[in-house]
Amino acid sequence: MSRTAAAADPSLPDAWEDLVTTALLGTDRRTPAGCAPGPGAPVALLDAAAAATVRRRAGLRPARAARRPRPAPKDPRPPLPPAAARRLALLLSDRPGTSGGGRRGTAPDLMELLPQWLAAANARGFAAPPAALPALLDAARGRTDLRPATLRFAGPRALWLARLNPDWRFALRSTPGGSTSVPGSGGPEGVERLWQEGLFAERVALLTALRSRDPGAARDLLAATWATERAEDRLLFLDSLRSGLGPADEPFLEQALADRSRNVRATAAELLSALPGSAFAARMAVRAGTCVAVDHTGDVPTITVEAPHECDADMERDGVVAKAPAGRGERAWWLGQLVEAAPLDGWPRRLGGRTPREIMALPVADDWRSELHAAWCRAAVRQRNAPWSRALLGEPSAPEAGGPGAVSLAERAELLGTLGAAERAEWVAGFIETHGLSEAFQLLGVCAVPWAAPLGRAVVDALNIARDAGSYPWSFSGVMGLAERCLDPSEASRLDALLAIPDEPENASPGAGSYWSEAFQRLVTTLRLRAAMLEELTPPGA
Amino acid sequence: MPGHNVGGMTQQGVRWTADRVLALAPDTASREAGGRLGAAGPWSGTGRSDEGAVWGLCGGSGSEPYRTVVDLADPSGPAYRCSCPSRRSPCKHALGLLLLWAGEDGAVPRAEAPEWAEQWLAGRRGSTERGRTAGSPSPPSGSADPEAARRRAERRAERVTAGAAELEQRLADLLRGGLAAAEQSGYGLWEETAARMVDAQAPGLAARVRELGALPGTGPNWPVRLLEECALLHLLGRGWLHRERLPEGLAATVRSRIGLPASADGPPVRDRWLVLAQYDTADARLTTRRIWLYGTDSRRTALLLFYGAAGRAPEITLPVGLALDAELSAYPGARQPRAALGERFAPPAPTAARPPGTTTARAVVRYGEALCDDPWLDSVPVTLDRVVPVPDGDGWQLADADGDTALPVAPAARSRPGLWRLVALSGGAPVTVFGECGHQGFTPLAAWPEGADEAVSLC
Repeated sequence: MSRTAAAADPSLPDAWEDLVTTALLGTDRRTPAGCAPGPGAPVALLDAAAAATVRRRAGLRPARAARRPRPAPKDPRPPLPPAAARRLALLLSDRPGTSGGGRRGTAPDLMELLPQWLAAANARGFAAPPAALPALLDAARGRTDLRPATLRFAGPRALWLARLNPDWRFALRSTPGGSTSVPGSGGPEGVERLWQEGLFAERVALLTALRSRDPGAARDLLAATWATERAEDRLLFLDSLRSGLGPADEPFLEQALADRSRNVRATAAELLSALPGSAFAARMAVRAGTCVAVDHTGDVPTITVEAPHECDADMERDGVVAKAPAGRGERAWWLGQLVEAAPLDGWPRRLGGRTPREIMALPVADDWRSELHAAWCRAAVRQRNAPWSRALLGEPSAPEAGGPGAVSLAERAELLGTLGAAERAEWVAGFIETHGLSEAFQLLGVCAVPWAAPLGRAVVDALNIARDAGSYPWSFSGVMGLAERCLDPSEASRLDALLAIPDEPENASPGAGSYWSEAFQRLVTTLRLRAAMLEELTPPGA
Repeated sequence: MPGHNVGGMTQQGVRWTADRVLALAPDTASREAGGRLGAAGPWSGTGRSDEGAVWGLCGGSGSEPYRTVVDLADPSGPAYRCSCPSRRSPCKHALGLLLLWAGEDGAVPRAEAPEWAEQWLAGRRGSTERGRTAGSPSPPSGSADPEAARRRAERRAERVTAGAAELEQRLADLLRGGLAAAEQSGYGLWEETAARMVDAQAPGLAARVRELGALPGTGPNWPVRLLEECALLHLLGRGWLHRERLPEGLAATVRSRIGLPASADGPPVRDRWLVLAQYDTADARLTTRRIWLYGTDSRRTALLLFYGAAGRAPEITLPVGLALDAELSAYPGARQPRAALGERFAPPAPTAARPPGTTTARAVVRYGEALCDDPWLDSVPVTLDRVVPVPDGDGWQLADADGDTALPVAPAARSRPGLWRLVALSGGAPVTVFGECGHQGFTPLAAWPEGADEAVSLC
């Protein structure tokens, strides 16, 4: 309304202004216009002010409309089923730290379920309810790990909204690829213009998005301006070629091997080593091949290693870093770089026609075993080579699988990542059956959600054993938390027997039984909640 | 007038909605903690009785589960008992239990109350019976000696008159010395005046005086706002002192603004009342819940007020967007919207009805007209049809989609999350918005997008 909107004094009528001035100073100092001075003056002033106030309020007029924002783009996706919309509101209202206290009790951790809910909603292609967008943007603002899934679900209207609120600017910077609002989707000229004129973050986003749609076009876009980019930018741009990498990228990567920047060269070499058919890979195979052989002169065939004596200019050009980190022998350092970059499929021929598993079983002379196996691990992960990963992982029940073997837990987790979901779950289940849960956390983290039945059972059995052994459940809180989020909800009914507070065994930690019961209750409650969540997101008849 | 509107709330047998349960929560933390306990996991031995009691055992951190029981049968609102150490009422266990009962079929089966629950319930029944037979200190009307009631009313009127005269004197002194001096004298002066008005049994005057005390020094325009409010307070005092000369409607408004008790003695109007908005405001003493209703047949907009002690949610909650088949009785006063909730005939149900909307220009005219009956009115309930939220400098306005006029969003509403929900809901397209329109601007409370979607609460 014109008065309140313009709240500035000049717009006030003179008489009113006179009343305000008099009121501020007091009638003892100033007499209001049209009033007799004396004892009646304050009341006369109040009478006049009352009349003026009511008159001004009664006479308010609407304001002139400001310039309207451009309407938000349409979201073509179907709306959420009502129950799912209510669930979303509930998940979004759960903020960590509001429940007080560190211990979690028996109640599920709703915020931890939001990623799963978002993944399911995105997989089914639902649109976000417009009224939930502010809460979604607030959640994504607080947790960067939630941003890609949240922004994808939030859709085009969220970006429209983010332009109006500085708190949500991050959404404009981190638009995920593959959504309805790919940057530069305004045709080839739009892409070209954004690439030429955009900010660095926008250009990275553009390149990433384009790479996921058309890998060749993204590479050509980058190649066109490659020579003029700064070294740090070249490194990050090059990194975005990691997705959709293929043989067609080889010439460009070969060229990048001659880059001025050492980091760019190293990244180009790493990418090329993931292309076993490349000329680069062939060069590395020759170099690595001269270092590793099978010696048949002893009682049993043995692998012998002759590490390189120097790092020559050609090796450096192929990305081999000459200077070893402090504390590492430089020959071992060079060997590792050659073996990890050489195609794994060349080794069987080189080592007497043996399978990867047979190669693993061979003894290695002169303490080179861990160096050599570690390099093969890196190669298997980089080249996503399942047979080699399998061989390097070995049997999950093998004694050294649980201990400090040649392959660390972190490397095992990466190797598992190259296998199919079912095989991964089976291996980890076997590992847990033999070695228990204390080392399993990292391995569980790479298993597909929900966990396959054998894996779920192995985890629950192992938790049960840990409980019977009398330790406190928080020694396993990491695995418990994972189980809440990853166990198949249909397993909930099998857990009922674990909810009761057990009799305390001898030597048990005091009160552990009831804490376990509480932890299992939370697990069951969370599983039921997840089942309900997914059911709500499944349209009837689907 | 706390506790004025709790009659007819006995609802045993009718299951509540989760929203209604959550509205009982004393604070956000309890609300969330209770929300987490509203699933079968931690509960055992749950049951409910036909008399409206619900009980259960909630496994917690100790070796003994907590014993939780809720009595829903009392017409003055639910009562809770839990063996947990929490001092909040209701505690998270009571909320969780009610949510479980509200949420899942069969989660809380009909059963015989266990001894620990029955003891407490029986004790409660006994004390409420005793309370009833002993008789409440002053029955609202009728039954007692009418002559005595008249004398009581006269004595109170005399005290209010003395209070109003004293207030007039204090206002005159204030204006004689000037408002600039009032800024220096601080809050104590107003607090003392407010206490005098409480003594004079004029709570409406006391509340206005307290609000005055908060004004000096707030923002660049405080002298204007302080003069306005002083003048309106003066107007109210004069209105009381000369109430015999006022038309009956305006006199009733003055009595209600002064804070004299009134009973909702308007004829009961049965309608399907669409719940437009529900929101709470709190000060150090009291939580006030306002619920706006729209009668889909009578086409009346009505306001229900409920009170709770500070920090406690009022007992009643109505779900926004649903319609309630119920009777309402109006309070006295010309064209004022306040009413009391009478009998309810069915649980709230979905409806496609919406209040008819108007333009921004008509909305301000409606406020101006309402001031004729009640010059102390801060705002009127209005539904705006086809408006678009538009950013305007630091603030926002609601602009007519088909015209070039707009209403500014009230400054207090700018920082609320509801405003962003409204903007998101609109997406730049016209929406229907219900809210309060007054001299501060427009406060949006509920909105409907174009199409058949249900109401979205902005509170």
